Amino acid sequence: MNAPQGPPLIDVEHLTMRFGGLLAVDDVSFVARPHEITAIIGPNGAGKTTVFNCITGFYKPTIGRLTLRGGDRDYLLERMQGHEIGQRAKVARTFQNIRLFPGMTVLENLMVAQHNKLMHASGWSVFGLLGLRRYRKAEEEGVELARGWLERIALIDDADRPAGELPYGAQRRLEIARAMCTEPRLLCLDEPAAGLNPHESAALNQLLVSIRDRDGVGVLLIEHDMSVVMNISDHVVVLDYGRKIAEGPPAEVQRDPAVIRAYLGTDDEAVDG
Amino acid sequence: MAARLPSMLKDAGLTAFVAAALGIFVVGFRTVDIGRGLTFDYHLVDLAVAVVTIFFGRLGLSLAANGLRWPAMVLGAAMIAAGASPLQLPSGFLHWFVALGGVLLVIRGAWPWANDAMSAAARSPTGVVLGRAGAKWSGWLLLAAAVVMPFTPFGDQKTMDLGVLILTYVMLGWGLNIVVGLAGLLDLGYVAFYAVGAYSYALLSTHYGLGFWTVLPLAGMMAAAFGVMLGFPVLRLRGDYLAIVTLGFGEIIRLVLLNWFDLTNGPAGIGSIPGPTLFGAVFAETAPEGKETVWEMLGIPFSGIHRLIFLYYIILLLALITNLFTQRMRRLPVGRAWEALREDETACRALGINPTNTKLTAFAVGAMFAGFAGSFFAAKQRFISPESFVFIESAIILAIVVLGGMGSQIGVVLAAVLLIGLPEWFRDLGNYRMLTFGLAMVVIMVFRPRGLVAHREPSLRLHPAKPGGGR
Amino acid sequence: MAYFSQQLINAITLGAIYGLIAIGYTMVYGIIGMINFAHGEVFMIGAFISLIGFMICSMLGIGSAPVAILLVLLLAMAFSAVYGWAIERTAYRPLRGSFRLAPLISAIGVSIALQNYVQLVQGARPKPGGNVVSGGFNLFSADGFDVRITWLQIIIVVVTVVLMAGFTWLIARTSLGRRQRACEQDMKMAALLGVDVDRTISLTFVLGAALAAVAGMLFLMYYGVIDFFIGFLAGIKAFTAAVLGGIGSMPGAMLGGLLIGLIEVFWAAYFSSEYKDVAVFAILVLVLIFRPSGLLGKPEIEKV
Repeated sequence: MNAPQGPPLIDVEHLTMRFGGLLAVDDVSFVARPHEITAIIGPNGAGKTTVFNCITGFYKPTIGRLTLRGGDRDYLLERMQGHEIGQRAKVARTFQNIRLFPGMTVLENLMVAQHNKLMHASGWSVFGLLGLRRYRKAEEEGVELARGWLERIALIDDADRPAGELPYGAQRRLEIARAMCTEPRLLCLDEPAAGLNPHESAALNQLLVSIRDRDGVGVLLIEHDMSVVMNISDHVVVLDYGRKIAEGPPAEVQRDPAVIRAYLGTDDEAVDG
Repeated sequence: MAARLPSMLKDAGLTAFVAAALGIFVVGFRTVDIGRGLTFDYHLVDLAVAVVTIFFGRLGLSLAANGLRWPAMVLGAAMIAAGASPLQLPSGFLHWFVALGGVLLVIRGAWPWANDAMSAAARSPTGVVLGRAGAKWSGWLLLAAAVVMPFTPFGDQKTMDLGVLILTYVMLGWGLNIVVGLAGLLDLGYVAFYAVGAYSYALLSTHYGLGFWTVLPLAGMMAAAFGVMLGFPVLRLRGDYLAIVTLGFGEIIRLVLLNWFDLTNGPAGIGSIPGPTLFGAVFAETAPEGKETVWEMLGIPFSGIHRLIFLYYIILLLALITNLFTQRMRRLPVGRAWEALREDETACRALGINPTNTKLTAFAVGAMFAGFAGSFFAAKQRFISPESFVFIESAIILAIVVLGGMGSQIGVVLAAVLLIGLPEWFRDLGNYRMLTFGLAMVVIMVFRPRGLVAHREPSLRLHPAKPGGGR
Repeated sequence: MAYFSQQLINAITLGAIYGLIAIGYTMVYGIIGMINFAHGEVFMIGAFISLIGFMICSMLGIGSAPVAILLVLLLAMAFSAVYGWAIERTAYRPLRGSFRLAPLISAIGVSIALQNYVQLVQGARPKPGGNVVSGGFNLFSADGFDVRITWLQIIIVVVTVVLMAGFTWLIARTSLGRRQRACEQDMKMAALLGVDVDRTISLTFVLGAALAAVAGMLFLMYYGVIDFFIGFLAGIKAFTAAVLGGIGSMPGAMLGGLLIGLIEVFWAAYFSSEYKDVAVFAILVLVLIFRPSGLLGKPEIEKV
């Protein structure tokens, strides 16, 4: 998409992450814009998940500034505590190894995502304990939001099943829906297509595109599956050995010689996608 | 079968050998005091008998495991006969040991049939209906039984005492259930909050003359404050470490109570603690100045058991409040966050939930209920000392929660009845109580780690629950 | 100065005993990530077996102290090792796949069971014994105070140092040690490479138990009296030592043991003897709050 360049949703500047002697991420800068799907790609070990973990507060960057532009103010993610990034900056994420709440039902998973909103409405539990109308109304609204997502991901009939019982593809979709129930500005997805068959990948593409268009959320995703990356991304960032080697629209990046070298190497090796 | 017999024998032999190695010195050479030193009281024959029993027991288990159930049960029956017979075994204990081993074998042999029968019954139409009804109504039935118990023929002194004891542990179990069962925080120092509640009431009532009902909320708040103080620095620690730190805190508090004479009277404890009153009337044969006795107030003849009945209903009420509160909290965002935290803390953080605050709330609420229970304990016993607040109590309460099935309310009740009620009935067993207790903990973890009630009822449903066993 | 020196000698002696127990904790935690709550009871049982061993020696007329000590040492190590093996086999191995808290709860059960087992068979009263070595000599005198070091104290420190050296050699140089280290680092990979993981874990427990037994024997000889409850307190203190030194690190365990010995003895000597245990527990809490990886351990990075 050649959309006009508006202000970025998240601005990553000179991000560097060092673990003892290991330099995992080396001076990486890129932007992701609202209403766009930005993909971070690169060979294994390139540092993609490390970048994610820095953005979402699981690691403290060694150097770097991560600015999230939210509505009325900017958030400096590198200074915020893990849960604050979700709570205040409204950055949501999913994980490479699915992290649902397996013993809780599908619906409960989606309700937990709305925790902060509901906590406020429950008056930090006081209204809730007293059974006041105000809280019950907020909970009903929360259930409605959850119901809407369950229909979008076709899990409405499984709402009361323990999340751990769902098949793999359904669990992936649920994790995304759960992240969306936090009503985020930026949705970070760590390899959402991993382990999905082509049919499921196509459905995932549709879901992500609808999230971008209907919900007005910026999407940042790490992916290996090129059919996902090339078909739906508006913007691609390529990492290799912790450094950014290319950034731009998918078609352009695909032709970039540095990118081809990084994936193909100097010998004939198998290519993704 | 013939092919497997040698390996079964070898296996049994190995087990017996290990048992012999374990026992030879510790059991075989019993040290006894004789004036200035020690001498041996040999129990090598005992050991030999025990080892032989273990050999046959293990053999029987192998037989049963390999499908040879009848031989296993026959062996078991033979062991029961040997144990029950007038055959002179070196000690009474050995009779029981052999007989019990036999009983275990018979049960193990018959288990697959029993299990199949039970599953079939559960799946039959009547079985399903009864099962659902049971799950729904068993709680209410137990409650009804508990409420009317004092007025039934069971309501004698001994049973009432036991009832009060069990209910106290049920309340403590429900309180710890919030911390361990719902939030998944392994607290090995829960008894510390129990102690805070008890000493709060003891000190406030003996020094300042405050009444039980006045102090009750204060004791809860004190305990909750301790919960926050203790919890705040440590709640970010991982499971095992949190367990040890809380154990350390529990011990620190006990040692402080033991040594701070000026405040707590040290090992001598605090006595003459007044009991709870009923609208100002005291439960004593003669009332002190300016007060009246309950019997004077109600105009009924004196009876010693009324005080016990009163205490019984108090603890029942307190326990029910704990239960109701927990049920309510489970349906609120905080309660759901507790359970989510137990399932996956990393995911919680990613969803914007503050793990530390959530854990602190669980810790503080759990501590509060322990404080209430402690207050009641002091009022009931009328004397407390640091002796009552040792680590083993924390372990017992934890065992009740885990055995019950983490997070299950009714499970805690069942577990408390089993772990507290049964040993009290068999009080004469004396020291074997705690040994069986420890073994039971291991056995339960190995064979049924999810506890008695492994089913989790969701806190809310989108679709109404179907009665026929569907989702 | 003299008083200080005396306390220092006492502290090092006590620290050596704690260190030996701490190694068991740290090795087990290093390899399967579990706190062996029952380890303290193995120490206690080692002490009881030593007591019985010494009594048998004297009944058999073995008059030579070094011979008796050697025999009792081997006896205690061998039979305590069986306890360590049996505990792992019955109470921990079946729970390896289970949820996080299951092995810990099982361990608590084992601890309670062992305490009561010994209490039942041996009686609840304190048992005196082990007075095989006596005498010592004065190092120096100052301020009218004799600084004395006993032969027993020397023996304790020497035995500990020898065992430590032997152990370090075992872990660093032998194939058993290599397998142990491999399992500590990546159990799945070690298994795929043909390491018998079950065996290695069992061996870890066995070695830890043997060292705890030595500590038990030394404890008996040093204090002259034991009872069924010594495992609980010594266990927690030794665990504190393991954590303080850095859980998973063997030099850490010894260092931690030494430090805990110092803290306990000096607190009792200079502040208050009743609160010495509180001091040790407080150290445990503080270390876990501020530096959970301990002095010689590596901080763990959470993998997301």
